[in-house]
Amino acid sequence: MNELNRLTMAQARDGLAQGEFTSVELTQAHITALESSRELNSFVTETPEQALAAAKDSDVRRGKGEAGSMEGLPIAIKDLFCTEGVLTTASSHILDGFTPHYESTVTANLWRAGAVMLGKTNLDEFAMGSATVSSYYGPTVNPWQRQGDDKPLVPGGSSGGSAAAVAARLALGATGTDTGGSIRQPASFCGIVGVKPTYGRCSRWGIVAFASSLDQAGPMTRTVRDGAMMLGAMAGHDAKDSTSADRPVPDFEAALEKGVKGLKVGIPEEYQMEGMSAELLALWDQGKEWLTAAGAEMVPVSLPHTKYALPTYYIVAPAEASSNLARYDGVRYGLRVEGGTLQEMYENTRGEGFGDEVTRRILIGTYVLSAGYYDAYYLKAQKLRTLISRDFREAFAKVDVLLTPTAPSPAFAIGEKMDDPIAMYLNDVFTVPASLAGLPGVSVPAGLSGDGLPEGLQLIARPFDEETMFAAARALEEAADFNAEPALMAGAGS
Amino acid sequence: MPLDKATVARIATLARIRVPEGELEGLAAEMEKIIGWVEQLDEVNTDEVPPMASVVDVDLPWRADKVSDGDCRDKVLANAPDKAEGFFAVPKVIE
Repeated sequence: MNELNRLTMAQARDGLAQGEFTSVELTQAHITALESSRELNSFVTETPEQALAAAKDSDVRRGKGEAGSMEGLPIAIKDLFCTEGVLTTASSHILDGFTPHYESTVTANLWRAGAVMLGKTNLDEFAMGSATVSSYYGPTVNPWQRQGDDKPLVPGGSSGGSAAAVAARLALGATGTDTGGSIRQPASFCGIVGVKPTYGRCSRWGIVAFASSLDQAGPMTRTVRDGAMMLGAMAGHDAKDSTSADRPVPDFEAALEKGVKGLKVGIPEEYQMEGMSAELLALWDQGKEWLTAAGAEMVPVSLPHTKYALPTYYIVAPAEASSNLARYDGVRYGLRVEGGTLQEMYENTRGEGFGDEVTRRILIGTYVLSAGYYDAYYLKAQKLRTLISRDFREAFAKVDVLLTPTAPSPAFAIGEKMDDPIAMYLNDVFTVPASLAGLPGVSVPAGLSGDGLPEGLQLIARPFDEETMFAAARALEEAADFNAEPALMAGAGS
Repeated sequence: MPLDKATVARIATLARIRVPEGELEGLAAEMEKIIGWVEQLDEVNTDEVPPMASVVDVDLPWRADKVSDGDCRDKVLANAPDKAEGFFAVPKVIE
């Protein structure tokens, strides 16, 4: 039974259905794996007792013929989703001890489908980062290492704990959230599949807010099929989120079989950027060849405002964050640092409770929204956002899906890029544009870099056309046949 | 517009974040670099471009104006660092 954590989510589902093992056995295998891999620091909170109790209930339900679509499958939850009765930190000091009395809609949907929670995964504080190094609970370590070099690497971020846990076989899948690339970039760094659905596909209710016009939840899994399966369980309309889309959730898994014959795949010329490695360009070319061989047609397209996406994002996201994070004031939950007056108490609490990157972004956001600067920065950025969105709409008049790299480089070492915020921001150069336009995107592991690290390719689709995106992602996955395994994998002699 | 120490101190007060005096200089330099970098947006003429109001093309839904939740005072207060008599407790505001 010690190999149950090596199954894909779909394999585990089928094994449970055929009675080859129980959810309790499957869950125990993951708990054992998790306990043997604590050096990765992928979890902030482990919930093994609750997991086993939930697995037991799941086995009973299955016995009664009441199995849901995720019945008995153990998964991890990014510690940005509020979970009733379980510590929820956003990896920030300022949420010390916060135990919600409610459950986020996305996690409630997963539990209704029968899934089992193993624990809460680490992230960049308030999901602000691309390396999971700004967590109050310390950095997460990528299970992958460079060939012949055991220097610890970052898992990407902000959903780095979820990506590391899935890559190291500590969970069958995990939830992530993506504001500018926080699902897709760590998926690329850890050699897994990361899906950011269309804005509005998953409810944001009960997810700790960062930038409300950009935040979306999505699945992180080892295969495209698992991602399709898990997104189906997470998605759906929710009256508690006014931006949640009131439309039916398609059968994403069925879409995998659609194939790409005749599909028009756009190749945005502006994504070929200065300083890109020859290796990454070769991988991208390989991706084009794979999809061509599968029957798709490559079409050059232009997204002229691509270079303005990152600076636009770094106005919009901090502006929204400065507003959303105003709620952490030492009054209703979390940390309080006393002061002589109410204002001093606020300032002391927030000064001590927020880390450097969060403080920096709140200050930038406050600045760009402050009197006299609103038009010059925030309004300007919202206009650029219109242009960026228009670029995509025009491209999608000609093509069905776009193919790009996911991240400009493979994983880097913990400690690198720490002294220059803009160098860190450049990690999201390929993922941010689709976020600004609310489009669905997926990162699929496509190959290994020269020093043996995974790299992903990204597919971007029209709003609410995740089905075409999944069909293309499946074709890419099939051709890439990515089966390399990380050095630090549970049960791999560790 | 230079982003100097005094500006950062003013912004920090607006944002209610205590920033130690010794960190203001460094923060000002970092913020100035970031603001300088985002100012490349000025290259684009946006005179005729409307600002984006909603990222997806949907109308906000309407609902009846009636209470649908509540009666859970103790749950709301459960995580409060300080509370008294069924209220959140804060330092005295009025002398």
